[in-house]
Amino acid sequence: MEATTYNYKVVRQFAIMTIVWGIVGMLVGVILSAQLIWPTLTEALGPLAPYLSYGRIRPLHTNAVIFAFGGSGLFAASLYVVQRTSQARLISDGLAAFVFWGWQAVIVLAAITLPLGITSSKEYAELEWPIDLLITAVWVAYAVLFFGTIVKRKTKHIYVANWFFGAYIITIALLHVVNSAELPVTLTKSYSAYAGVQDAMVQWWYGHNAVGFFLTTAFLGMMYYFVPKQAGRPIYSYRLSIVHFWSLNFIYMWAGPHHLMYTALPDWAQSLGMVFSLMLIAPSWGGMMNGIMTLSGAWHKLRTDPILKFLITSLSFYGMSTFEGPMMSVKTVNALSHYTEWTIGHVHSGALGWVAMITIGSMYYLIPRLFGREAMYSVKAINAHFWIATIGVVLYIASMWIAGVAQGLMWRATNPDGTLTYSFAQSVAAMYPFYYIRLLGGLMFFSGMLIMAWNVWKTVAVGRAVDDARIPAAVAA
Amino acid sequence: MDAGIIGSAVTVLFFLLFIGIAWWAFHRENKQKYEDAAQLPFQEDADEAGRHPDAS
Repeated sequence: MEATTYNYKVVRQFAIMTIVWGIVGMLVGVILSAQLIWPTLTEALGPLAPYLSYGRIRPLHTNAVIFAFGGSGLFAASLYVVQRTSQARLISDGLAAFVFWGWQAVIVLAAITLPLGITSSKEYAELEWPIDLLITAVWVAYAVLFFGTIVKRKTKHIYVANWFFGAYIITIALLHVVNSAELPVTLTKSYSAYAGVQDAMVQWWYGHNAVGFFLTTAFLGMMYYFVPKQAGRPIYSYRLSIVHFWSLNFIYMWAGPHHLMYTALPDWAQSLGMVFSLMLIAPSWGGMMNGIMTLSGAWHKLRTDPILKFLITSLSFYGMSTFEGPMMSVKTVNALSHYTEWTIGHVHSGALGWVAMITIGSMYYLIPRLFGREAMYSVKAINAHFWIATIGVVLYIASMWIAGVAQGLMWRATNPDGTLTYSFAQSVAAMYPFYYIRLLGGLMFFSGMLIMAWNVWKTVAVGRAVDDARIPAAVAA
Repeated sequence: MDAGIIGSAVTVLFFLLFIGIAWWAFHRENKQKYEDAAQLPFQEDADEAGRHPDAS
């Protein structure tokens, strides 16, 4: 018999875990930023200290916020959107449960192995080979679940959000398998299949496309559904979204070499990475405009709807960071910015401003619907969350811009006789004021997540788990 | 064929492909099709309006 209701269970599970992992990942981030001010902060823990040392919990932070928080948000959004816009239930409840529990297992294993110092040392791909295999299995199940649901859709057209989710699922599979090719030595140690500059290029082809497809394409899928829904009007230009989709995906693949400016990578490859990064402005801004202009004629909604504020502000940060990124990939700018705090500021402009804020907005849209409520328990609390998060991001990125430029200028300054004007320690000492501001900004963003957790708790407490959302019988489009 | 020729050929090919995609997206005959597609997220509301508290 054909299913008559949507599978909301898996969406609900991932939506709740998005908030849980968001809090965990951002708390680790706050600890890290405090360690940069007080390096001996966690030494008082005695025998526990090594497990909380900066080098071990830094990958824990990045994995937690990208793959646990962002990943759970994407699973929730994509599995909800694909059902609603295909007007079909997920093809298998069992597979959906496997994807959920499998992904949680990956996260828990990461949280155990990274503090123990078990790492493949590849940035954003630190997890060792047994976990890599589990990720692959979960990802294949996810792909079957997602594309299988598209295949049995009742609508004629595949809505554009699903195109973005689909591109993300296929590309992440490709990136993960190629970059994680490794030779296991023991259960907890492996060596990369690549060596030297090839290893670096494969790593940053992976690394940048993790940004391009995990943190951009997939969240654009979120944007193409939740912005029109929350604004109550269709996307500004559906036709622009098609051009956006193909040009973004074509160009992103080639931008990785900009992470390796002035290294052993051949010069032509560096230039290629720079040119493709510059070209990325066009599709990025096209997509941003498409999202923001959806509000054209309904701007007044921004005044009263804090969820819309989250969504539209996230697009503004997306526009800012996708202008900043190409600029930083210009070789002469990169000569100043690379290895400085500016990069950290750029990453968080994208990660907090764009990724986290669009996820938070989308979760505020989803959670009442998943728990049978008209709206969140407190709309005022959403507004408070919005302002504390926005001010937090601005403090974070502004301090890191100034810190980064100062650092870059101090490192390159020379005396007339050719010696360095500043010692490295002097450039470290100059960072203190900015590190304090960054910690404050991070703490604010983290506090916003606590407000959200309280609001979700209250909403869930008075709500009920919705498992009877009906699939419309007649289909027109 | 040397790498320079292949590089140029691929560049031209991708450029033409882009033009093709833009033409396909903005072709007048496809206008209605895409306007319908843009309504997909709202299709559910039209069917469920007023009947179901969970309808978004």
